[in-house]
Amino acid sequence: MKCVATRDAFGDAIVEIGRENKDIYVIDCDISKSMKTTKFAECFPDRHINVGIAEQNAAGMAAGLATMGKIPFISTYAVFGSMRMCEQIRTTICYPGLNVKIACSHGGVTPGNDGVTHQAIEDMGIMRTLPNMAVIMGADYVSTKKLIKKAVNYYGPVYLRFTRDPVPIVYNEDDDFEIGKGKLVREGRDITIITIGDMLHQGIEAAEKLSMEGIEAELIDIHTLKPLDSGIIASSILKTGRAITVEDHNYFNGLGSAVAEVIAEMGHGKLKRIGLKDTFAESGDYKKLLKKYEMDSEYIIKTAKELLK
Amino acid sequence: MSDRISYLKIKANEIRRKVVTMIYNSQSGHPGGSLSLADIIAVLYFDELRIDPQNPKWHARDRVILSKGHACPVLYAALAMRGYFDVEILDTLRKFESILQGHPDMNKVPGLDITTGSLGQGLSVGVGMALGAKADELDSRIFVLLGDGENNEGQVWEAAMSAAKYKLDNLTAIVDNNGLQNDGFCSEIMPMEPLDKKWEAFGWEVIKIDGHSIPEILDAFALMKTIKGKPVCILAKTVKGKGVSFMENVCSWHGTAPDTEQYRAAIEELERECCV
Repeated sequence: MKCVATRDAFGDAIVEIGRENKDIYVIDCDISKSMKTTKFAECFPDRHINVGIAEQNAAGMAAGLATMGKIPFISTYAVFGSMRMCEQIRTTICYPGLNVKIACSHGGVTPGNDGVTHQAIEDMGIMRTLPNMAVIMGADYVSTKKLIKKAVNYYGPVYLRFTRDPVPIVYNEDDDFEIGKGKLVREGRDITIITIGDMLHQGIEAAEKLSMEGIEAELIDIHTLKPLDSGIIASSILKTGRAITVEDHNYFNGLGSAVAEVIAEMGHGKLKRIGLKDTFAESGDYKKLLKKYEMDSEYIIKTAKELLK
Repeated sequence: MSDRISYLKIKANEIRRKVVTMIYNSQSGHPGGSLSLADIIAVLYFDELRIDPQNPKWHARDRVILSKGHACPVLYAALAMRGYFDVEILDTLRKFESILQGHPDMNKVPGLDITTGSLGQGLSVGVGMALGAKADELDSRIFVLLGDGENNEGQVWEAAMSAAKYKLDNLTAIVDNNGLQNDGFCSEIMPMEPLDKKWEAFGWEVIKIDGHSIPEILDAFALMKTIKGKPVCILAKTVKGKGVSFMENVCSWHGTAPDTEQYRAAIEELERECCV
């Protein structure tokens, strides 16, 4: 299976969008090479801003540009894009509801070797708490690129999260994605597996292996954590009665919590959450980290069997 | 005194009376830093700004960012006096369901260019607006009003660097240098002098004025337009609480509303001043 980091989808999409729409700006924070925005900078130097290592200023400048009718993409790592400039996002972007996109690589443990300082495991939980903010993480190169393009036409603040390390391409070029609409990847009757971002490929592996053992899992890629497609989640759980959420994030406040809210409010269904168990990870190979921190397909299978007992 | 200057003095006095009345009515708000800005706001809104109250979203307008958002009574007063909304609405400051929030909300108040209230962020927004104005080939000017205490915030200096980098000669920062911040004198809380040298070192043209002298404010705005290739910082020496003698240079008037007796005394003093 071909593997590509979803930050590459950002680098490619932003050039295509920039060509079509003269209002697109990129605000980099001294990591443009890593964010894959150097091509945008070459093609559209007048619409590329590098503020240096000053994320808070980037957030404010983006707000100012948005008031002038521009569509700025702040380009940085998720740790900084969600936390260093958190209050700027909250007060100066989300409160007035400005049309700013926050494009962040290094989501979850995908910057494996970089270690904890550069692994954002809290960001989606923080961002989904902010009124007016949409939170999106595509599962692979194809879906990420398409969702970035959709974000341009989605008026208001959007937080986009990418992987630093390569992840398998699981979708086809003709697959379609809508912000706020979960993707039913596989139908099943026994258990619902709900993933976000790079965890989809672990979910696919788990579902295939479970099927060989006669367990048919329904698999949903909930690429938009907010606004959450609670309809697709609820209808699947009404059918299966059991769900597992899988996220490359702390298992607090992200996908697991969002699905728990849906289940609690409808009063039906059992849930197990897979993610970092309120712990920081460490440096190391991405796949080894997923295994050690019990976020890989094997652990999904084990969890599914427990739930089905 | 020229008609222009006496007209602006009268406007500044009227703004001050409205500020004190609004804060008295709501028994909540920040009189000190509103009064220190009154003369600058009067010159901006009644002389300098290219704005159209009938068309608040006019793309080619000048823009004002009240980065020290807690001083919004002074801005609300000027916007009402310019006809952006009914002057009677000023009585609803900080009250339930009022458009006049405790700190300014751009989606509620016509004529307000950006939401503020969290200190340190306005200059970054101004840099973004100034870049946008240049990209659209507008000759709009962006004014950012900062408190001197606000200069404690690191983000102000991040923004200052970027404004110099992009040679934003359509951007003016006005620092309301009243020497006081919430907890006390700036010189004690966090010494920042020499502020003029700091702004100069960050690549700005600095113009130092008495922020209560209408002629000096007018001259600074005229000089500002001649500066090319870099942003302008007007360092305005002011007195916190200016115009109400018992509030002047007294830290506790940062965020306290006057009682009835104090309110009457304040208005009496301001009315006397008006007729001089």
